[in-house]
Amino acid sequence: LQPRIILDSKRFLLTLNRLCFELIENHKDFANTALIGVQPRGIYLSDRIQKRLSEITGKSILYGVIDPTFYRDDYRTSATQLTPKTTSIRFSTENKKVVLVDDVLFSGRTIRSAMDALLDFGRPAKVELLVLVDRRFTRQLPIQPDYVGKTIDSLTSERVKVDWEHLEGADRIWLVPAKNPDA
Amino acid sequence: MNALSVKHLLGIKYLTREDIEIIFDSTDKFKEVLDRPIKKVPSLRDTTIVNLFFENSTRTRISFELAEKRLSADIINFSASASSVKKGETLIDTVNNILAMKVDMVVMRHPCAGAPVFLSKYIHANIINAGDGTHEHPTQALLDAYSIRERLGGVEGKKVAIIGDIRHSRVALSNIFCLKKLGAEIMVAGPPTLMPMFIDSLGVKVEYDVRKALEWCDVANILRIQLERQEIQYFPSLREYALYFGINKKLLDDIGKEILIMHPGPINRGIEITSDVADSKYSLILDQVENGVAIRMAVLYLLSGRKEGS
Repeated sequence: LQPRIILDSKRFLLTLNRLCFELIENHKDFANTALIGVQPRGIYLSDRIQKRLSEITGKSILYGVIDPTFYRDDYRTSATQLTPKTTSIRFSTENKKVVLVDDVLFSGRTIRSAMDALLDFGRPAKVELLVLVDRRFTRQLPIQPDYVGKTIDSLTSERVKVDWEHLEGADRIWLVPAKNPDA
Repeated sequence: MNALSVKHLLGIKYLTREDIEIIFDSTDKFKEVLDRPIKKVPSLRDTTIVNLFFENSTRTRISFELAEKRLSADIINFSASASSVKKGETLIDTVNNILAMKVDMVVMRHPCAGAPVFLSKYIHANIINAGDGTHEHPTQALLDAYSIRERLGGVEGKKVAIIGDIRHSRVALSNIFCLKKLGAEIMVAGPPTLMPMFIDSLGVKVEYDVRKALEWCDVANILRIQLERQEIQYFPSLREYALYFGINKKLLDDIGKEILIMHPGPINRGIEITSDVADSKYSLILDQVENGVAIRMAVLYLLSGRKEGS
């Protein structure tokens, strides 16, 4: 079993564009909306979306990144020490519409902790969730995305890997089979 | 890679340079938390911590308490003066009784050097040394080095003079270990009677003239004269100490270069340092206190994440 590409560069860009237009449909000129990327790898998606949205709308968009590490529920049970990343929200989220942005939605636990972290910055009017990949039927919490790049069905043992042009040389999404399928 | 190599923070001596850098990186993140509207994260909400203080403290104790509260830990405060220690209970008995009530971490200050190391051999909880006699005070050294790093952009290659009562100072020893591991040059300065023997074996320069030390350094960490530990007279009078070894504005103006001033507190104003120096813009003293909470949050956070046997 080899890793296979489930979204190539061309369709990746189309998907990003489509997500941006879906956001514009709901948020118009983004006057009261903030985009917040979830660390560690959600920020690459939010960076791109924020850039593309500014190009399309010609407006600057409130933008921050949030690190949910301190709010996680697997802190003591995870095999490796969880290393915190930067949080930077230089505005109040009070009464704003907030769009949380992450790359892959799997168990929903990261988003749960990111929402807890977010609430420490104020009481948003509304929180929405945008993800590039939604892995169906793997949720451990009742969390559903509002905007989805691609929905996939996968085995729990499989891994979804998102490559970024500035890091891995190309924008694409892989489905990586488990090293040991029996495990 | 990003976990500490130790289970306890007994002293800087036992840390590697990587450990110190991991603590500093986490401290950056906690400083950001302390700037939020809600300065609290739930990371340690399942952890109970006891603050065992067998010796008096204001800053360290409040700083640890705040750090623990801001990580959502449950805390118990213990001070020896109001406890069964007065009835003759041994240290191990005291601690084991507290641990029997399901306490996960121990923050301890003790007047005897080595007390935390001793305790670590008998109990399973994580221990953080908050000062043991005249031996080590690791969190103070970490926050001192962090404050230097924050102000000067790094510690490597910086010249730090530690001035004053070196003999009785746990801050001095921990600072020497910490700054050396981070690649700073260190000089200790003070009256010969307050200089421990063989201090140069730690790889530090020794100077008895405070002016020369100040001319050499980028940062001066000025220690408190520990009046409670002067069992014999190490210098004729406080007035004479202030005259020959005290730091005042005139002396600094004479030298005419920018020297960052640090002091671990509590300050004996007018003895080791005058008010106009302690309150000047080159003073890092309140930065040190501010960073203390974030440093202690980082240490508690990093140690609590370690599972038994890992």
